[in-house]
Amino acid sequence: MAVRVRVQQAVFDLAAEIAELTGGRTDVGGVASFCGLCRADDGLVTLELEHYPGMTERAIERIADEAARRWPLTGATVIHRVGAIPPGAPIVLVLTASSHRAAALESCAFLIDWLKTRAPFWKREVFADGSTRWVEAKGEDDQAAARWDRA
Amino acid sequence: MRILYFAGLRQRIGVAEEEVAPPQDVRDVGRLIAWLRASSPAHEAAFAGTSRVRAAVNQDFAGLGDAVAAGDEVAFFPPVTGG
Repeated sequence: MAVRVRVQQAVFDLAAEIAELTGGRTDVGGVASFCGLCRADDGLVTLELEHYPGMTERAIERIADEAARRWPLTGATVIHRVGAIPPGAPIVLVLTASSHRAAALESCAFLIDWLKTRAPFWKREVFADGSTRWVEAKGEDDQAAARWDRA
Repeated sequence: MRILYFAGLRQRIGVAEEEVAPPQDVRDVGRLIAWLRASSPAHEAAFAGTSRVRAAVNQDFAGLGDAVAAGDEVAFFPPVTGG
């Protein structure tokens, strides 16, 4: 299975990424997508995203490899933005392609749940008065990730 | 040994990375944290509450008991908040 992982500042193009994931193939029955957007929590004006170059890409590749072990995928794409992101703009894109919808939908949810708890990214909120606040990790994200743990 | 700090930890310590040469008995992540904490008040303050600090050795997540050695890249950071 082809896994494409990118960490970039630039905005991504959902339609172009789906075309890239499915182009030239006739065995794909469905593509599931998750696109995470920046919310204006507490009136923030910018969300700054930082990562650990090298480790972050490797961590995402490992998560995608795990998805490929669990579901019969024809391909997957994970794009995560870094840098300054305004409210309403996209932050992360997960695409999973499979012959059948269940594998695509379940693996897409798995990928974003594990990415949130296992890929080294950190968010900092910037407010209009110039003050900043690091986002705290949420227990509910750990619980969402834990539902994919195997007994 | 190359030490990297990310996010709030980097902000509190004031540097993104530093080259250190800990003594030979600093053989694991836990002992490295103890040694780094003693190196400055900023380090002490940043590592206070070690349960909230995560670590990676050579770009793999690591626990307090995992080994560290000369030449390793060791990173410290808060729990991740991507996605």
